[in-house]
Parts: sequence; C-alpha cells; structure tokens
Amino acid sequence: MRWFLFTRVTQSLIVLMIMSFVIYALIGLMPGDPIDLMISANPNMTAADAVALRELFGLDLPIYKRYLNWLGTALGGDLGYSRLFGQPVLDVLFPAMKNTVVLMGTAFILSVCIAIPVGTFAASKPRSPIDYGVNLFAFAGISIPSFWLALMLIIIFSVFLGWFPAGGIATEGAPFLEQIKYMVLPVATITIVSIGGHSRYVRSSMLEVLRQDYIRTARAKGADNNRVIWKHALRNAMIPVVTILALDFGFLFSGALITETIYSWPGMGKLIFDSVMGNDFNLALVALLFATALTLTGNLLADICYAWLDPRIVIGGDST
Amino acid sequence: MAANAPTSTQVSAIPEQGTSLWQDAWIKLRKNRLALYGLAILVLLCLVSLATPWIAPYGYEEQNLGLGATAPSLQHWLGTDIFGRDMLTRIMYGGRVSLAVGFIATAVALVIGVLWGAIAGFTGGRVDALMMRIVDILYALPFMIFIVLLMVIFGRNIFLLFFAIGAVEWLTMARIVRSQVMSLRKQEFVEAAHSLGLSQWTIIRRHIIPNTLGPVIVYTTLTIPSVMLLEAFLSFLGLGIQPPQSSWGLLINYGVETMEEYPWLLIFPGIALSLTLFALNFLGDGLRDALDPRTSKD
Repeated sequence: MRWFLFTRVTQSLIVLMIMSFVIYALIGLMPGDPIDLMISANPNMTAADAVALRELFGLDLPIYKRYLNWLGTALGGDLGYSRLFGQPVLDVLFPAMKNTVVLMGTAFILSVCIAIPVGTFAASKPRSPIDYGVNLFAFAGISIPSFWLALMLIIIFSVFLGWFPAGGIATEGAPFLEQIKYMVLPVATITIVSIGGHSRYVRSSMLEVLRQDYIRTARAKGADNNRVIWKHALRNAMIPVVTILALDFGFLFSGALITETIYSWPGMGKLIFDSVMGNDFNLALVALLFATALTLTGNLLADICYAWLDPRIVIGGDST
Repeated sequence: MAANAPTSTQVSAIPEQGTSLWQDAWIKLRKNRLALYGLAILVLLCLVSLATPWIAPYGYEEQNLGLGATAPSLQHWLGTDIFGRDMLTRIMYGGRVSLAVGFIATAVALVIGVLWGAIAGFTGGRVDALMMRIVDILYALPFMIFIVLLMVIFGRNIFLLFFAIGAVEWLTMARIVRSQVMSLRKQEFVEAAHSLGLSQWTIIRRHIIPNTLGPVIVYTTLTIPSVMLLEAFLSFLGLGIQPPQSSWGLLINYGVETMEEYPWLLIFPGIALSLTLFALNFLGDGLRDALDPRTSKD
C-alpha cells in the first residue's frame, strides 16, 4: 500500500509539473501580453519603450526560460497580482474556492443522498414504473443542457415567480436564510444535472451485483429481500460508485464553469472563465493550475478508495 | 485436419438455425419503445436537416424589421426574433450545424480512439501500459476549461472546434476498444484461428473487428450527444460557432439577451437541442442493451 501510494503520488506530481508547463505555454500564447496592455493603456509609450520593457520583464526570453523564472518565484510563494482584481492572486483565489466548495458540496451531497436510495430502489424492482421513472429522469439529467436548464429556472423562479434572485451571492455576514436564497437555483441546477448520472451508476452497479452468485446464496439461505439488497448488495455495489464520486471530487473545487457563469456565482469556474477572457494572465495561470491539481487529487483519491474498498484489487502489482 | 474437412462443410451446409448477434440486437431493439422513438426522431431530424434549404418556411437571411419579435402564430409557428426572422427557419438551419458538428467531431473522436485503443490492445506490454497511462492522465484534466482556453488562443474556428471536441471525447473510446481487443485476443476462438494458420489481418478482419463493432457503435451513439452538448455550450459562451452561421447553442445565446420579454427565443432552441439529445441517448442506451448478449430477448 505504501509503495502504491508513493508511485501514484509521484506520478501525479510529475503530471502536475508537465501540466504547469503546458498551461504556462498556453497562457503565453494568449493574444496580447502585459506590455500590449500597457501600450493600449498609455498612448505615450513608444515601440522602443515596449522593447525595453519586454527585456526588463524577461518577456523576450524563450518560453522555457520564462517558465523556469516563473516557477522559481512561484515556488518562493510569489504568485503575482491579479490584473482584474488588483489583489494578490491567492487573495482572489481562496474566497472563490470557498464559494465553489459551498455550492458544489451542497449539490454533491444532495445528489448522492438522493441518487443512492433511488438507484438502489430502481435496481431492486427492474422494469417497474418506478424504474422507468428514475430512468427517464436520469436521461433528462444527461440530455437537458445545464445552461439552458439554468436559464429556464431563472425565467420561472426569478422572473415570473420572483421567489429567488437570478444570480449573485449574498453579502458577507447576511442572515443564513438570505444566503440560502441565493444558493437555491444554482444548487438545484447542478443537482438535477448530476443526479441522473449518479442514480444510473448506482442502478447499473447494483444490477451487476444482484446477478452475482453470492447474492443467490444469500437469498437461498433465506435472508429476506430487503436485507439482501440494502446490506449484502449495496456494499458491493458501492465500490464502482465511490470511484465515480471520487472522480467528481476534483470538480467540487474546479467548479461548474457553466452554472457559475450563468448565475454569476463568484466561484472557481467563473473566476477561471473571467480571467481567461479578461487577459488576467497571472490569475488564469494559477487558477488553472489549482483546478488541475485538484482534479488530479480527485483521481488519486478515486484510485485509493477503489483499492481500499475492494480487497480483490492487488495493489502495487502490474494492474495499472 | 483433412478428415475434419468434410464435416465442416456439412455443418455449414445445414441452414443456420440460430440468430446472429445483429438479428438478436434488432429483435431486442424493436421491443425497446423509447429507443425506437429515439431512432425515429433522429431519422426525422436528419431528413429535415438535409432538406432544410427546400422546406424551410422562410429564407435564412430573410428579415422583417417592421415585424420585430412576435410570439408564435400561424404565420410563424415558433415566433420571430427581434429582426423579424422566423424562428422555425432559424432553428432548422441551426440544427444542420449542430448535427454536423455532432457527427464530424464524433468521427474525429472515433478515429483517434479506435486507433489508439487498438494499437494499445494489440501491442500489449510496455507500449500498452504507457498509452493507457496517457489516457488516464488526460482523463484527470479539467477539459472544459482547456477547450475554452484553446478557443480563446487560436480563434473561433470551426475546424479547431471539431478537433478540440474530438480530441477530448476519444478517451473512453480508446479504453473500450483496448479492453475489447485485449479480451478477444485471449479468447479460445481467436487462438483456434491462430493455430489454423490464419494471418493476423484475417483474424482482425473476421474476428476482432466484428466483435468490437458492437461496443464501438454503442459508444459512438452516446458520444454524439455529449459532443453536441459541448458545442452548444461553447457557442453559448460565444466561443463556438460564429455568426452568420448559427447553431442551437448560439440561438440560446441570443435568446438570453431578451429572455424576459421574448422567452420563446430561448425556449424553442433549447427544446430542439434537448429533444435531439434525448433521442440520441435513448437510442444509445437501447443499442447497449440490444448488443449486450447477456440481456435476454424478452
């Protein structure tokens, strides 16, 4: 187990290093650079000034040298300033991450808490009206574009009914109920979209388990149906489900780009989008790196959960 | 070997009693009503898309500024937008682009995924381990964000769009093909074919490809809707299809600006998109059941 952990963590770190270079290079390719922005802001700047400035900031160096320079300062703890917010990057990033965790975490917990019993129930009575209902709802979750769903919810619940605000977030220190009000629509959107997938995973994993011999044995020895399903089967069916959920973990932090943008929820997804669109190089770079790191962590967790939950998996062997 | 030869000809002379996998699949699919509806809707959509230039009630660029945005009526079944353009026509033309992107980008994903998975599965060993590790790693990246970044950097070009979406969606295909090839290679009938002296290519053609086709078809059907969703999302953000071309995602984008006054401009393209995705998902799911020999026919 220790060796397994070690190799996986090292691998993830290597991938992160490679990705940091790729992201750096991509951001470097973005149209315009900080000097262009200065030129557009200051008409008195001459071309010679620009060249001098580029030299001063090291922007004329080849990309790998610039990357190494950046990496040096970044590892020293200096991630730079955000152009859009005029604050150190991390001061912008952490509140956004907190907002995203609140939003995604709530939706995630809600979705899982609904999907597990619903999926199990559907699997225990295949082809019943409930099973069909669950299936239909699940398909809706996969098929209805989340941005359109979000807009529909806004039209219905904030434009026509006026129950909830159409977007934004409650001010710091607002009463709890007020904060909830802002969360209802975005949380509902993410939950509705993800619940379908989740319940289908639970259902199909459960059906797979119910086909196994040991379930027949449990039934044969006279255990009643509910006990077989909720005790014997559910435990085994949870193995693939946990993996899927752990994979979703990364998205908990990197945020829902779509939903956050539409509801202007100031989380990671919106932050990344705004920084990329607004030429905020430092912020885009760090935010993307964080999102990648967190997704990688989610995958790592999924691997570990999988190995830990299923004793049949040989750890550290060839089974990559 | 020589003694067996007559028996085998006799066996093949007897008319086949059993049903092939494909006949089986068709029988099962016919019983799945939702999948059939999906298929019907899809065929209808494709036909309408092909015939749009002839059957659209109005011209694509036909404006009627005096008319402005009107609610659905007998002249304009789905209403008109602020320039007085007929929404039904716009949605029909938008559907052409959305479907085309769906099919072409899926084809890109299909080619990359099948090649990658097949090479990994056939080569095995270290090459396979490395190739699949790459797939694992790519899986772990927040792709949506990268596509947005790519579209910002390299401009909003429709070919880049195909490529970017296809480059993201091939991963699962590679995994499916690879595991299928791996398990087939170890099957006894493939070993038997080997020992009979059939060439590698014949084995691939006769045994590997037909047996891999099922999962590939199923997954392809399920990739199209996720590709279309991605395109719609990018177009919605203004990073995908660019005017004067139009797609459902772009129409939704336009609808947002006036969604409080003229909600139908937002509702109808969304319904068109959702309906198509529903149909594709139902069909894909039905095909998965139908092509899985473990499910029973009744």
